Amino acid sequence: MSLIHEAFSKAKSENRAALIAYLPAGFPTIEGSIKIMQEMLNNGVDLVEIGVPYSDPLMDGPIIQQAVDIALHNKTGIKEVMQIVKEVSQTGKPVLTMSYWSPIEKWGVEKYAQQMNQSGGVGVITPDLPPDESDLWITATDQNKIDRVFVVAPSSSEERLKLVTNNVTGFVYAASLMGVTGTRTEVSSRAEELVKRIRVHTQLPVAVGLGVSSSEQAHEVAKFADGVIVGSAFVKAILEQPDLSKAVVAVVQLSKDFARGVRKD
Amino acid sequence: MTTFLQDLKKIDEETGHFGQFGGRFVPEALISALDQLEDEYLKAAADPKFNEDFQNLLKDYVGRPSPLTEAKNFSKHAGGARVFLKREDLNHTGSHKINNVIGQALLTVRMGKKRIIAETGAGQHGVATATAAALFGLECVIYMGEEDTVRQSLNVARMKLLGATVVPVTTGTKTLKDAINEAMRDWVTNVESTHYLLGTVAGPHPFPTIGRNFHSIMGVEARQQILEKTGKLPTAVTACVGGGSNAIGLFHPFILDKDVQLHGYEAAGDGIETGRHAATLSGGTIGILHGTRSYVLQDENGQTLPSHSISAGLDYPGVGPEHAWLKDTGRAFYHPITDTEAMDAFSLLSRTEGIIPAIETAHAIAGTVKLGKELGKDAVIIINCSGRGDKDVETAAKWFKITSNS
Repeated sequence: MSLIHEAFSKAKSENRAALIAYLPAGFPTIEGSIKIMQEMLNNGVDLVEIGVPYSDPLMDGPIIQQAVDIALHNKTGIKEVMQIVKEVSQTGKPVLTMSYWSPIEKWGVEKYAQQMNQSGGVGVITPDLPPDESDLWITATDQNKIDRVFVVAPSSSEERLKLVTNNVTGFVYAASLMGVTGTRTEVSSRAEELVKRIRVHTQLPVAVGLGVSSSEQAHEVAKFADGVIVGSAFVKAILEQPDLSKAVVAVVQLSKDFARGVRKD
Repeated sequence: MTTFLQDLKKIDEETGHFGQFGGRFVPEALISALDQLEDEYLKAAADPKFNEDFQNLLKDYVGRPSPLTEAKNFSKHAGGARVFLKREDLNHTGSHKINNVIGQALLTVRMGKKRIIAETGAGQHGVATATAAALFGLECVIYMGEEDTVRQSLNVARMKLLGATVVPVTTGTKTLKDAINEAMRDWVTNVESTHYLLGTVAGPHPFPTIGRNFHSIMGVEARQQILEKTGKLPTAVTACVGGGSNAIGLFHPFILDKDVQLHGYEAAGDGIETGRHAATLSGGTIGILHGTRSYVLQDENGQTLPSHSISAGLDYPGVGPEHAWLKDTGRAFYHPITDTEAMDAFSLLSRTEGIIPAIETAHAIAGTVKLGKELGKDAVIIINCSGRGDKDVETAAKWFKITSNS
């Protein structure tokens, strides 16, 4: 069983959803992103998604755009991302990267998968790579034992859900709503319906992301999903803190809050 | 040419691949909208009523066919070659952009969507979209880089007069690239009610194919007009290339005419060697931008590099995938033209022919001066005069240091 599936199984056995946190690599600094993700994993987060900074993040709202700008300003390239993956993987917890397709394709599809493996990473989320364009990626990830995660949306047809889930090996990322990343005041009612539709096609774990920004919302989602993904809420908390030590304190608190939130009971 | 015909088979109209270029690199959330657009387009294309509506609007509203004007005075500056201008500048709204906009607006109505959004660089596509929105009673939001709203302020006013909302984009480089990002973010949020009327032949499938087909009217007319005027096909056809919509519209109907050379002129800004340019095909590498694989200005981490051009409409670090394919197959040639060369040509056409071209178009004019000299006086060249320069008067006045007293 892969580290990803172990994490989901463990959460399930504890009667809760897995808590998945997203943070752009190199934000607020390269060292800072390592420290923060280690603390997340030590305080209730089960898996982390390390975002590869990209100049044209067209699925991201203003909060993550701002963080990515800072990461790019800190000169966070893929070489640095791999270093971060290596450091964070030493926690023994599953570390994934999440990347728009442009950086991976430019870096080299095979090379990226290989370096993920060498750095201890276990999976990659590719939000703008449909399975239709994934032949090389599927070969490269299979050969390097890297789990693939694709994203589906409420607008996905049954045919698309089938195609996407057939090509996923890690977990299915269900976008809870139609839109970009960001904090929202309530969970979209479409999320639960989407998760049900996904389960018709696959036994793999399903995690819900986009707009989950409070412990209460995480609890709502945990009732029907195997994993809850939190991104902008962590990023916002870090952006609001003037220095790293305060950001770490805020993130530790938030991780604990969300970890309580994802309990199903 | 045999090889080219073999290459032509590598165009997969169904999945939008041109050899290795094109495709769809977009979030799953947009796939259903792209499928819907493709289905609607295919149905419409087979529907005589749609074709009739489209042709009637092009004739009675846009003013087609646009004339093919021989530029006899200008010809002396282009090695004596016979030069003809395909007068898209005379279309309603002042550029070729309206051809694709009318087509896609009709598709929007067929899909039952009530809202259209678009990006714009120079403002020509924004104005054309706002115009069609007014005509068809659609809500319209235009995303425009903040820098472009300043250098093309006249077009901002036009869009507002037409009832559109213009949103200045302040992220990234504050130009066309970032306007597309914002339009995509809007689309992914409102995709069920909204059509994204993408203005160039880049972006995910089916946009490059649909845009090219709606714009092909330019090449179809030009081919017929030149045969009437000269009795033969031209030696070459030329156009400026940013995203590549006016170029592909003129080129496409000539692709199988193997003796007709196709030349595209890209914006080289301060010169390719300075790094401050927008000449993607001449100075870029293969990569992904805005949902398609093509030539892109980017670094080794896949980060898009800022582009630069005096022309807002060519100031884009990507290019349509079919152009990338035409370049790699050797069927078309692409050349860089600097800001200075373009502005010299802008002035030249104004003074020799009484036609003030858009600065975008001036790149094709400048390229044709060089090409005419190479091909000589027996050559016949058609330039796509893709837009008029009214919107650029302020930029040109600054460039040429023209004041009301001098």
